[in-house]
Amino acid sequence: MAITSPANRLWWKEPIHRVELIWIVIAFLWGLAMFFTMVYWHAIGEQNLANTTYKIAPAAFSAKAERMAEQYKVRDELGIPVVRPPPGGDVYLLGRIWMWWPILELEKGQSYRIHLSAMEYSHGFSLQPVNINIQVQPGYEHVFTMTPTDTGQFSILCNEYCGFGHHTMASPLYVVESGAARSPQE
Amino acid sequence: MSTSQQFRVCPTTGLKVYSDAQSLIKANAVAAVIFLAIGGLFGLSVALTRWPDVHLLPMDWFYLALTAHGLDVLLCWIIFFEVAVLYFASAVLLNCRLASPRTAWVAFWLMIIGAVLTNITILQGDSTVMFTSYTPLKAAPNFYLGLIIFAVGALVACGVFFGTLVIAKDERTYEGSVPLVTFGALTAAIIAVFTLASGAIILVPTWLWSLGYISNIDPLMYKLVWWAMGHSSQQINVSAHVSIWYAVAAILLGAKPLSEKASRLAFLLYIFFLQLASAHHLLVEPGVGSEWKIFNTSYAMYLAVLGSMIHAMTVPGTIEAAQRRRGFNKGMFEWLRKAPWGNPAFSGVFMSLVMFGFLGGISGVVLGTEQINLIMHNTLYVPGHFHATVVTGTTLTFMAVTYLLIPLLFQREIMFPRLARWQPYVFAIGAAGISLFMMGAGTLGVPRRHWDITFADAIFPYQIPSAGFLMMALNGISAVFAATGGIMYIVNVVASVFFGKRTADAPAKASAPEPVMARPVVAEYGSAGTMYIPGTIFLVGVFFVSFVLYYFVNWKYLAEVWPLR
Repeated sequence: MAITSPANRLWWKEPIHRVELIWIVIAFLWGLAMFFTMVYWHAIGEQNLANTTYKIAPAAFSAKAERMAEQYKVRDELGIPVVRPPPGGDVYLLGRIWMWWPILELEKGQSYRIHLSAMEYSHGFSLQPVNINIQVQPGYEHVFTMTPTDTGQFSILCNEYCGFGHHTMASPLYVVESGAARSPQE
Repeated sequence: MSTSQQFRVCPTTGLKVYSDAQSLIKANAVAAVIFLAIGGLFGLSVALTRWPDVHLLPMDWFYLALTAHGLDVLLCWIIFFEVAVLYFASAVLLNCRLASPRTAWVAFWLMIIGAVLTNITILQGDSTVMFTSYTPLKAAPNFYLGLIIFAVGALVACGVFFGTLVIAKDERTYEGSVPLVTFGALTAAIIAVFTLASGAIILVPTWLWSLGYISNIDPLMYKLVWWAMGHSSQQINVSAHVSIWYAVAAILLGAKPLSEKASRLAFLLYIFFLQLASAHHLLVEPGVGSEWKIFNTSYAMYLAVLGSMIHAMTVPGTIEAAQRRRGFNKGMFEWLRKAPWGNPAFSGVFMSLVMFGFLGGISGVVLGTEQINLIMHNTLYVPGHFHATVVTGTTLTFMAVTYLLIPLLFQREIMFPRLARWQPYVFAIGAAGISLFMMGAGTLGVPRRHWDITFADAIFPYQIPSAGFLMMALNGISAVFAATGGIMYIVNVVASVFFGKRTADAPAKASAPEPVMARPVVAEYGSAGTMYIPGTIFLVGVFFVSFVLYYFVNWKYLAEVWPLR
């Protein structure tokens, strides 16, 4: 029994029964299949998060985001700038207590180099209802390329606990048709 | 010491039980159950707050309760119980005295002091940083200090376990190799040493940072090392509860391992590979490369998953083989239909086995796939997954084995056998519901650790899909079920331990069929003749097909989201 010592002291010399052996081989092969699926997806899949990361002081990142906001601001919403950066360009998004700053307006089908960082605490970039979730850390600037494929109003929630205002941390993200007119007032 | 030589022979099982080992197992098990009660109530209050129509707690209490819930159930309940399991699997199963009971008591009190200190610090209100306490969120120094003291105590307890193994070997209290269950417990203890050491490595500097002696703790480094404790400690649970599955099958049904070699190989794979799982928490993190993520998240090509998949056949296989030997040989499933479903130890273990595999195991592998993690990370899917592993897996198993330990170690009868009979079912329904509905909510994007998904106080509110609200309500209802099951367990255990009828003279009748324990000193076992296990093969086939389908369905979901490079 499993709670007593094996009767056969040379238990490691007993052959494993065929049924068990077949299952072990199947399970091992399935593990390999799952492992190589991840590798394969890097070759053929479209959803592979880049790992490009720079160390940066939060204040320096914040300054970059402000510079971009000044340059490409199209309007304000509740006092927060809505920014429409040029397609293909660099976009800075800062997670801070308790909002994502600034509000972004992107074009459908265009790629953007997103730079993500956080001010004081870790935050969780959670794009809804698309359901893309990326961790954001203070002191690290994470750079990846994102291509919106639907138009409309989306929300970026925070899904990493970041203090007592965590549940209020949500900002809109707009996606408009490519080449759509900029609307300074809405 | 003379006291350490005192023992009695259990009339039910024929096992030699030393009085020191017995007292220490009792103390650790009782402490475990107390923390389960505290942590469970915090958990219920969290679930009722997340049920939007109830929304029980105010904001600050919600985050505080969530912090305490994680600490009390994930760390205190489980590690205290595991220490009891370690002492049982060494001293009792090897017929041996416990190494240095005095040190074991020191370990026990260190763990108590640490756990109480951290709990008090959380209740003081300025350490609401969640169980994970990710820096730069800063808790009061005593929050970390309590955890460190607790970890040191648990490490000392592992040392006592290792010492007991040495004594047993020296004093030749067993012949040949240690039993499979002890081997599994040894696996748990080895992983525990790695885990607790990692905890100390990260929590000591974080404590100094909280005191002001260190200026900065890098958040990414913190997360990497902290999860070497946080995730690996869940692998202690896996090793411990799989060992208990084998133990309960052996005690109730006289089940023998199909193959010692295969089962031990599976545990060995755990020792080598399970600790890589820290990566599961860093899959969408900046600063770590894809090669690192893929290798570590898959436990080096899924070799630890291979271990679990081996157990997925050998555990039900040993049960089927034993039942067929007892004569339940008709068709594919008579062995399962006529299993002792009225015995809470069996029903709890079997439901735990099924749910751990189907709900916890499959969701864990999918969640831990590098790219698929993008559509699940930090949504409620994550707590959904780990409630399946830790609640339906570990907790349900620990509850089930308690019904055997009370007659064996406390020498008391279960006071309310009928309550015990129903308890695993009530708890299992609740726990399965919690897991499934949280996973469902997560796929709809509902964030974890969130006080108010109506976003009533937000400047730019977001409308969660209404199905998400339904999931949260169902989760709340399931939590009420689970809490009811938890209370049934705690009331019964406490009543039996303190007021149950003594069993010292009469053999235990723990609402169980007679344990098949006509116990030769060394059990016989052989593989031939016991390998007719068609029912298990069928179940394993269903499991495998579900696994493959669910895995690829999630790749399809991933392929539909916005391209990322």
